[in-house]
Amino acid sequence: MLKIKNLESGYGRSKALKKITMHVGRGEIVTIIGANGAGKTTLLNTISGLISAWSGEVIFDNQNSIGIAPEKMIFMGCALVPEGRQVFAAMTVKENLILGACVKYIKDKKYNSQKDIERIYEILPILKDRQNQLAGTLSGGEQQMLAIARAMMSNPKFIMMDEPSMGLAPLIVRDIFNIIKRLREEGTTILLVEQNAKMALGIADRGYVIETGRIIIQGLSDELLTNKDVQRAYLGRDLDSEIKI
Amino acid sequence: MNTQLFFQYFVAGVTYGAIYAIVAIGFNIIYNTTGIINFAQGEFVMLGAMTAVTLNNFIPLPVAIILAVIITIIIGALIEILFIRWLVSPSVLRMIIITIGLSIVIREVALHIWGDGIYALPYFTGTALKTLSVGGVFISPQILWVLGICSITVIILNLYFKYTLMGRKMRACASNRSAARLCGINAKNMVTLSFMLSAGIGAIAGCIVSPITYVQYDSGTPLAIKGFTVAIFGGLGNSMAAVVAGLILGILESFSIWLMPTAFKDVISISILLFILFVKPSGIFGNKEALNLKEF
Ligand SMILES: Nc1ncnc2c1ncn2[C@@H]1O[C@H](COP(=O)(O)OP(=O)(O)O)[C@@H](O)[C@H]1O
Ligand SMILES: [Mg+2]
Repeated sequence: MLKIKNLESGYGRSKALKKITMHVGRGEIVTIIGANGAGKTTLLNTISGLISAWSGEVIFDNQNSIGIAPEKMIFMGCALVPEGRQVFAAMTVKENLILGACVKYIKDKKYNSQKDIERIYEILPILKDRQNQLAGTLSGGEQQMLAIARAMMSNPKFIMMDEPSMGLAPLIVRDIFNIIKRLREEGTTILLVEQNAKMALGIADRGYVIETGRIIIQGLSDELLTNKDVQRAYLGRDLDSEIKI
Repeated sequence: MNTQLFFQYFVAGVTYGAIYAIVAIGFNIIYNTTGIINFAQGEFVMLGAMTAVTLNNFIPLPVAIILAVIITIIIGALIEILFIRWLVSPSVLRMIIITIGLSIVIREVALHIWGDGIYALPYFTGTALKTLSVGGVFISPQILWVLGICSITVIILNLYFKYTLMGRKMRACASNRSAARLCGINAKNMVTLSFMLSAGIGAIAGCIVSPITYVQYDSGTPLAIKGFTVAIFGGLGNSMAAVVAGLILGILESFSIWLMPTAFKDVISISILLFILFVKPSGIFGNKEALNLKEF
């Protein structure tokens, strides 16, 4: 689905990604874990086209996708749920969902979003209760649900999620991971960025550990869970913070 | 002051207020999608009126106005495509300087085409001398045209932004540009569209007001200052607030003639502008949150 080779990018003159090489197979859930500032967001934004790559290759669905704008990537079936939710705050929940289906409206002039919205409401009934509320007035968890739902509206084959559990209560995090599982069952390929390494590796098939813009460890989730370095650097700390919540 | 005179002033105030509001909405639309103030907004008003006056020499008034609005819309699109679209993340200052430069260029071009003569469209119905008596108050039929067309414009704009996909896409871009792009919305096209919309409603304002106020190559600027004041007064980016703010400014100005020499009329708007900028930069209806929740 996604193949990345020696990808580099950054901001201004400072390089944030250094020779990233990785891949995501069809139907897989792959996770990227790493501390704050490691370059996870930069990586996802570069794949989606929000940030332009400096060098390297990104092949999405057998097509070179370097230099393709984000508004085109979503047409190819590559969606990103951005960090920090980023819902359209001044618009209603329903309008947010309708905008998620822009791709379909453009592809098919006769498209009507009602059926897809009903499907979302079935999966996430909380959004139905809130459908006429402004998205900015939702709780953090509800906004995250909405951000994921908005990305689902275009039925992408590949969804990237940037720290969907950030700052949310454990119960809501569980709901969000359930949606991710459901997406996989429906055949969607997922690239999940998380700081909550334990949960992420629990759901993922494989994982990459990124540190200061480099991939330092990679492997199957089970291997990473038992890897000493990963345990010390990412799991130990996470366990502490989970208990605190 | 007797009640009749009071209403006379009031009606005049509401009329100018409606025009200010429309010009302010033009500012707001572009501000919402780009974050910049388009200082050439007043020139759209002038271009609309001038073009309609010229076309009206050859074709009937309604057709001339519609064509003039369309031509101004095309000019708005060209300006955006030629001068704004290709800039890679330009600073606000750079954008402001570009729009000020454009306003000067458009004025000079207009001076070349039309000279410095003063023009006016004919009254849409009746003549300047024919007035309607509404409850003892004499008002020009053109005032009813101004109020009617302004109201319809505001209502249509509202419906457009609330209920059409295109309007929603523009609001999405205003609310969160990168999230909008991730939804498949071409943000650059939305900016072009916002210039077209602003140019169009600026031209409408120019056409309906020119029978009353006349139009000259440089008459866009004073109107733009009023519209800008109103946009700030109501809270930048908030179009419904602009309507209220426009009416308030129009009425204040109108009654100021009663208290002060006419020459001081503009003092009101400049005072309001300075006062708001010093005391409450988010506008009378604005609050800190509203500054983040950009709405049309
Ligand atoms: N907009 C930006 N401008 C400049 N530097 C940035 C910007 N965003 C992130 N960075 C830098 O790039 C590096 C990677 O950041 P980021 O991708 O956000 O990390 P993560 O998502 O893993 O926390 C950090 O050193 C950060 O300081
Ligand atoms: Mg991040």
